[in-house]
Amino acid sequence: MNRRTVLAVAAGTALLLSGCTGTGGTSKGAEATAPDDPSKVSGTIKVLTQRTDLVQDGTMKKYAAEFNKTYPKVKVEFEALTNYEAEVKIRMNTENYGDVLLIPAVIKKNDYPKFFASLGTQAERSRKYRFTDTTTVDGKVYGQSPIGVSPGFVYNKKVWREAGVTKWPTSPAEFLDDLKAVKSRTGATPYYTNFAAQWPLTSWTYVNGSPSCDTQATTKLADGDPWAKGTDLRVGDTLLYDIVHQGLAEKDPTTTNWELSKPQLAKGKIATQWLGTWAIIQFQDAAKKAGVDPDDIGFMPFPAQVGGKFCAVVGPDYNQAVNVHSPHKEAARAWIDWFTDKSGYDKDNLAISPLKSAPLPAVLKPYEEEGVKFIEVSDAKGAQVKEIDDQSEVGIYKPDYRQDLVDLARGARKGSLDDFLAGLGRKWTEARKTVGS
Amino acid sequence: MTDTTHQAAVRSAAGPEPAVPVPVPAPRRTRVWRGLTPWLFLLAPLALLITFTYAPIANMVAYSFTDWDGVSPELHYTGAHNYTELFTRPELFEVFWVSGYYLAASAVQIAAALYFATILSFNVRFRNFFKGLLFFPYLINGVAIAFVFLYFFQDGGTLDSVLSLLGLHSDHAWLGTPVSANVSLAGVSVWRYTGLNFVLFLGAVQSIPGELYEAAELDGANRWQQFRHIIAPGIRPVLALTVILSISGSLSAFEIPYIMTGGATGTETFVIQTVKLAFQFNKTGLASAAAVVLLLIILAVTWLQRRLVPDDKVDLV
Repeated sequence: MNRRTVLAVAAGTALLLSGCTGTGGTSKGAEATAPDDPSKVSGTIKVLTQRTDLVQDGTMKKYAAEFNKTYPKVKVEFEALTNYEAEVKIRMNTENYGDVLLIPAVIKKNDYPKFFASLGTQAERSRKYRFTDTTTVDGKVYGQSPIGVSPGFVYNKKVWREAGVTKWPTSPAEFLDDLKAVKSRTGATPYYTNFAAQWPLTSWTYVNGSPSCDTQATTKLADGDPWAKGTDLRVGDTLLYDIVHQGLAEKDPTTTNWELSKPQLAKGKIATQWLGTWAIIQFQDAAKKAGVDPDDIGFMPFPAQVGGKFCAVVGPDYNQAVNVHSPHKEAARAWIDWFTDKSGYDKDNLAISPLKSAPLPAVLKPYEEEGVKFIEVSDAKGAQVKEIDDQSEVGIYKPDYRQDLVDLARGARKGSLDDFLAGLGRKWTEARKTVGS
Repeated sequence: MTDTTHQAAVRSAAGPEPAVPVPVPAPRRTRVWRGLTPWLFLLAPLALLITFTYAPIANMVAYSFTDWDGVSPELHYTGAHNYTELFTRPELFEVFWVSGYYLAASAVQIAAALYFATILSFNVRFRNFFKGLLFFPYLINGVAIAFVFLYFFQDGGTLDSVLSLLGLHSDHAWLGTPVSANVSLAGVSVWRYTGLNFVLFLGAVQSIPGELYEAAELDGANRWQQFRHIIAPGIRPVLALTVILSISGSLSAFEIPYIMTGGATGTETFVIQTVKLAFQFNKTGLASAAAVVLLLIILAVTWLQRRLVPDDKVDLV
């Protein structure tokens, strides 16, 4: 054999080998049933989590110790992933993605049965739990979020008071006026986009459902143009555009810093940011560290009312699921049930409980006083929306188009808002045809 | 050898055999071993090369003919569909304009590196210190550099402070507009890679024999003439290599813009776009095709450049 043939054979083998990837065996349709006797279930389970902070400071270990009081024979190990989505995505090609994991956004809903074990039927689980809808495939539920979150504006109460605003704005126009008052009467930056961190811009998509107070808002995304006149996304994106366009956002959005923005808001250098209930605790911590009053961190809904009432959308965070290849499905299921029902993880994070029977957390007290209406948006067509989103490369769950929107608003990009949103709508509706309903 | 001659001598004595001693071939085992030895040495590097370079490339080429989304256990063969999609969407190639900034920057970079390499090859005070200073940025991790420069360009950051010390109070958002952002990012890449080019040039310059300079000086050549007629032709092969590296580097710029701006504000390069296709929009098949196309473009540009500027053997003496 001469040298060339050897190399050719080697390259050929490499090609053949590569042909085998992506065709792992599937054990579709397994169930993870809850154990009957907590003292008998055993095994070592690995729990994947994105909360690196909680693993490092030992909080997760404390939860595990508490869990072991009921399930003494189950050993729980944690693996924290800094860049959760990207790292898990690669591992999903193997069978080693922990026993309990958070369902990554990249997995298509219809593929859930290939990756995760079912937790039960929707009919049964929806009696007790919120958000069963988001992980249901063919009537079976594949995941459960341990907390519920609601998007809204985190704001500094003191700064808003100093600006003379005491009532929550009820329309985008009023909201802009209030930000102008903040700008002229206080030294604070009225709104902070967190442009460079990217994901805070993505969260503007979760406006969806609030302005119209419509539980079918996601279905409407799949069925029409999300940026048609009067749609939720258009209302949200127009507000973001106006904030930046009227000079109410930070001066140089391209070099923003998320970690720094927390103490700055707590100290009143920044007045407002669009985030979610999950962020409140982080800003309160930042306030404590900065030596200012954590009670000054306020939270308000999107400035729009239907029938004289604000509307807040409650949605799930990451959903926990059981790996379909796990040898200890009972133990894994026990962990999910315990973590959702009894761990107190929701209270520790000042979050909304996933249990339908639980009361609202204390941070949302002002919501109750204002009579804010809570709705859950149906996710029946969520999978289709994601598919259109990928196909069209618009990216409503990605930061890019809103970065372009902010650039447009501050004049770093040419064009008008109407053309920009119409362009998005065109791409979306074209992709909608090819995806097929 | 002694053995063979002895045998031949014995044979010639025995009968009318050819007098010329014929070397007897080595035993079969030895021959096999001799043939095998180089391959045994090559086994480890070849295994690594195939596993980590050729297999992934073969994989990527294979994916470029499928509609794989990156995770799903199912993938379908779609023929050349990804390639037709790529070439029927001209907007995907518009991002190559951004490479222009990096290309212009590499010209600056090569000029600067050449200048410093020439100066520091002569006897200059503190030359080792300056060599270290110039090469140092290349040793820093690219991610760290991106973060350092994010602070550098911030509103009221390092650059603004330094400028205000000089009495220039600029209110410029350095990463704020597409032109300014691209120039800033290309500047960072000049800062980072000048050191590498510099070291390559310096090595080449120092390999030129010292007698040539002495002879030139005796003939009354000044520094510029020495550079023009001794150094420049002497480092031509290295210069050509650097140009190739710069061009392929500009076409595939990624690290610094990806971390600093994420491709926002008109700083998206072809590689950033490919990464986004693969990992944001889960079009792994299309992204693989884009990567293959980029590879082909770089190969074509290199080939073209080699045709235009052939790499002759240089003979200084």
